[in-house]
Amino acid sequence: MLDRLQRGLRSVGHPVINGVWRLGYASRFFALTLLKSSLSFRRIRLTIREVYFTGALSLIIIVVSGLFVGMVLGLQGYETLQRYGSAEALGTLVALSLVRELGPVVAALLFASRAGSAMTAEIGLMKATEQISAMEMMAVDPIARVVGPRFWGGVISMPLLAAMFSAVGVFGGYLVGVVLIGVDSGAFWSQMQAAVDLQQDILNGVIKSFVFGVAVTAIALFEGYDAPPTAEGVSGATTRTVVTSSLAILALDFILTAFMFRGV
Amino acid sequence: MERSVMDLWVGIFVTAGIVALLVLGLKVGNASSINLSDSYKIYADFENIGGLKIRAPVKSAGVVVGRVDDIQFDNKRFQARVGLKIDKRYQFPKDTTASVLTSGLLGEQYIGLDGGGDEALLKDQDAIQLTQSAVVLEKLIGQFLSRAAEGGTGNNGK
Repeated sequence: MLDRLQRGLRSVGHPVINGVWRLGYASRFFALTLLKSSLSFRRIRLTIREVYFTGALSLIIIVVSGLFVGMVLGLQGYETLQRYGSAEALGTLVALSLVRELGPVVAALLFASRAGSAMTAEIGLMKATEQISAMEMMAVDPIARVVGPRFWGGVISMPLLAAMFSAVGVFGGYLVGVVLIGVDSGAFWSQMQAAVDLQQDILNGVIKSFVFGVAVTAIALFEGYDAPPTAEGVSGATTRTVVTSSLAILALDFILTAFMFRGV
Repeated sequence: MERSVMDLWVGIFVTAGIVALLVLGLKVGNASSINLSDSYKIYADFENIGGLKIRAPVKSAGVVVGRVDDIQFDNKRFQARVGLKIDKRYQFPKDTTASVLTSGLLGEQYIGLDGGGDEALLKDQDAIQLTQSAVVLEKLIGQFLSRAAEGGTGNNGK
């Protein structure tokens, strides 16, 4: 009886303590990355290289997905709006949903699965093949040399990708709404411009995507750095990156939205 | 440190991102619509402003001439004091009427300015004397109901 109770308690306590422990380790890792990030700017080429791998190579997937999301919004929005005889508000609907929510969130989800998983796998393999230990042996700080540039590369890329996603999405909505269905072009743009506010909507969208960029890259780098140095460990870490960062994006999105748009 | 093909791609990527931000700001948003750096401020006191919000448009004859800058509550007279930023290009006479209007049936609320015939013009920090409050639906229905009730008893009396 007592034995079983003890075992039950242990099966609850161990994951909790382990989780808190890991969280503390992750926080220290994040703080160290920020503290040692001066190298990423002194040797800006390292960061530019990471902007290429995380940002420039994600361009195609972001642009294509943005176009399709905008086109779907155009179709669905038109279907619903024309029931109330206000198909001209299509521009407002497409632009507001993209700039406020879909742009930052979907771009960040794509970014997590495309660039985040690659980052984790790369660092995990560097650790498994003892490249990280080799750097430490040569008195090169792996956090400053490997982790920092990747972090800043991701943080720089994410808002730019989200902005591209929104802009292409608005164009997709325009293609379907105006060119294909025939909503009035002037009403489409003028209603959109009247409704979308520079500070309230666009700036808040950029802030959201910046926060998502920090969260996704921090999670991806930590999972890679913390991965057990085996094939299994690296694959598990890659999966955890995608799962954790997707959940983090959605949870952070709710919190940020609650702060930004309180119906003021 | 020499240039490489990678730099070109990063350059294209960053340029595309900045262009997307500019497109969002200028084409999708309303940054280009009205420049409020050259403006003057006037005040208007209302009994009730309904659902008027800061940054709502100020229109005259349907043309946007400014924006609502701030909304305060005057605790001495129990009225709302609305600050309006008006574009310097547009001047209004002293006896201008300001009213809280609604665009469309369900649209947002805005301030309408109707110019009067006075020779003197409103200057910075002046207050508009003639104002018309927002129509509050509940009050309107209340008035209608009480009038209907009065009418009903009147008819019965006859």
